[in-house]
Amino acid sequence: MIKKTHFLGLLTATILAGTTAVQAQTRLTIATVNNGDMIVMQKLSSKFEQANPDIKLDWVVLEENVLRQRVTTDIATKGGQYDVLTIGTYEVPIWAMQGWIKKFDNLPAAYDVNDVLKPVREGLSYNNELYALPFYAESSMTYYRKDLVQKAGMTMPDQPTYQQIKDLAAKIHDPANQVYGICLRGKPGWGENMAFISTMVNTFGGQWFDQNWNTKIDSPEWKEAITLYIDLLKNYGPPGASSNGFNENLAMFSNGQCGMWIDSTVASGMLYNPATSKVADKLGFAQAPIASWPKGSNWLWSWALAVPESSKKEDAAKKFVTWATSKEYIQLVGETEGWVSAPPGTRQSTYENKQYLDAAPFAKFVETAIETADPVNTTKNPKAYVGVQFAGIPEFQAIGTQTGQTMAAALTGQMKLDQALKTAQSAAERAMKQAGYPKK
Amino acid sequence: MDSSKSKIGVFILGWGAALVIFFPILWMLLTGFKTEVEAISTPPKLFFTPTLENYYAVFERADYMSFAINSIVISVVATALAILIAVPAAYAMAFFPTKRTRGTLLWMLSTKMMPPVGVLVPMYLLFRDFGILDTRTGLIIIYTLMNLPIVIWMLYTFFKEVPGEILEAGRMDGARARQEVTELLLPLALPGIASTALLSIILCWNEAFWSLNLSAHNAAPLTAFIASFSSPEGLFWAKLSAASTLAIAPILVFGWMSQRQLVRGLTFGAVK
Repeated sequence: MIKKTHFLGLLTATILAGTTAVQAQTRLTIATVNNGDMIVMQKLSSKFEQANPDIKLDWVVLEENVLRQRVTTDIATKGGQYDVLTIGTYEVPIWAMQGWIKKFDNLPAAYDVNDVLKPVREGLSYNNELYALPFYAESSMTYYRKDLVQKAGMTMPDQPTYQQIKDLAAKIHDPANQVYGICLRGKPGWGENMAFISTMVNTFGGQWFDQNWNTKIDSPEWKEAITLYIDLLKNYGPPGASSNGFNENLAMFSNGQCGMWIDSTVASGMLYNPATSKVADKLGFAQAPIASWPKGSNWLWSWALAVPESSKKEDAAKKFVTWATSKEYIQLVGETEGWVSAPPGTRQSTYENKQYLDAAPFAKFVETAIETADPVNTTKNPKAYVGVQFAGIPEFQAIGTQTGQTMAAALTGQMKLDQALKTAQSAAERAMKQAGYPKK
Repeated sequence: MDSSKSKIGVFILGWGAALVIFFPILWMLLTGFKTEVEAISTPPKLFFTPTLENYYAVFERADYMSFAINSIVISVVATALAILIAVPAAYAMAFFPTKRTRGTLLWMLSTKMMPPVGVLVPMYLLFRDFGILDTRTGLIIIYTLMNLPIVIWMLYTFFKEVPGEILEAGRMDGARARQEVTELLLPLALPGIASTALLSIILCWNEAFWSLNLSAHNAAPLTAFIASFSSPEGLFWAKLSAASTLAIAPILVFGWMSQRQLVRGLTFGAVK
């Protein structure tokens, strides 16, 4: 009888212990995009789970636009399906203002928040407080084929101007052999063609809105910038450029079909990798070109991890975000995946690490590009908005995409440039007026 | 002579149409066995050394079985539920029509004309309040409701082909309404019901809007699995093709196996 009681007691205790163990485990749902750095994070996250056996990570990987729509719906309705979100520099200040994401105000000293590059830190802050931690950051730069530039008897300066880019494109352009002088984004979208066009407009002295939120798209600066953009793509670009975004241009450059390409610094690792690029040994780097105004020619973007207000597992979620954006994590990636795969653009210490600098010859260009990108003082004339290639207001996605469509129409010849600028101006003006922005 | 010429014409036209329809699937199959650089090379490569690296990468990164099981459970249960509700509805409409039957049928179909995104937020709030976000139950409910109009319409059309006299004869012999349906109508309309069920399963299997919006991790079906391989930055076509091949494989095999039933069902009552 005693034995039986003991057995029952033991059984109950075991079941209870098991139940407690199950209950104690916190499951975090992480929503993220599918790109090289995120895949590495997913792979290495088992190390985090080993070190924190009470936390289990569930991954939801989605295409960027689907993720944005999905996460916005969940967060706006307080659905609470996610504990960690992957969002960009554009969303962070807007969502922080809406009270949708939690503040990172008690980071441990070991995290060394001052090591995070200042422009990136500022881009992820609202009212001087951090609301997301950067997983990787990017700016824009010029990629070129050293062999083709050399063959043309020219050189690429470290800091080219748009005139020099045009001259080079004209010399390199060889459509008969499927080599095009320059590849640029043409696919319409606020994060596609308008990311590039905005930086071009900035360096030609233009801006989206002035200090009083008046729309400035039909200005001479916009016209000058877009005229050159169309000239470059029509005369020295690949056919069908209006449907090329980042991935299409990456594919073409990797395949040896572009003489030059001005785009995200994140492409440097992919183009430098012989497994994914046929031109790895011929790749040259330069800063993003400038025109009359030297600032705002290179954008700033960061994919960052944030914790939504609706998450009930704040401590565990913040613990994971802190780990995934720490110096130790970058070290872990360097040691296990090779230093060229280390998440770029976030920390000063990465750019002081000799192993990284040896493995990634483009590192200094990327660091300079990010350091010089200033979301606040970007344009020649004062502006009311924050952001280099976007205006950090909720209305911008729609305005940017609509403008992108008219710019694509001007590129394909469906619209005359003046008409396109006028259409974009009146649409943006209307949207801004409806939202009550312009000051009298 | 003319007849043989026209036969050849029909043969070429038939095969031509079949190839045009099948080509994207064939290209997807081939791309899944290429490297990422080969997948985007211009001109496109038709001959290459096949590699399984994309399949390894897909299996390494995602738990295929969990997505596939969710797809199977959700599609099959939602279809069974839709048939269960649709059979009595279609029976009533086909054999006991009123002056409002036609209007009701058209109204049901009109619910399919609304873009789903129009009701996303209210549905999301309802799912949140009922605690069925990211659950199989939630997706089963939405898929059942989504396919119900089409299932009722198809069954209604098939039931209309069954001569009413047979059911009347059964009634004369003392069959009750339930017996009339289960013992007379269903066996007679079985090919039609089978093809309706198959179509409903395919619609559930391929549905991406609701599955992407209402599931996260626990209930995510194969559509979410495919979506996870599209990338904003980087080459992804080969892996995406491998993932898509894996996602359509079960339904393709299932469709292949039941194609006789499907053709029989779709031509049911076509020739009297």
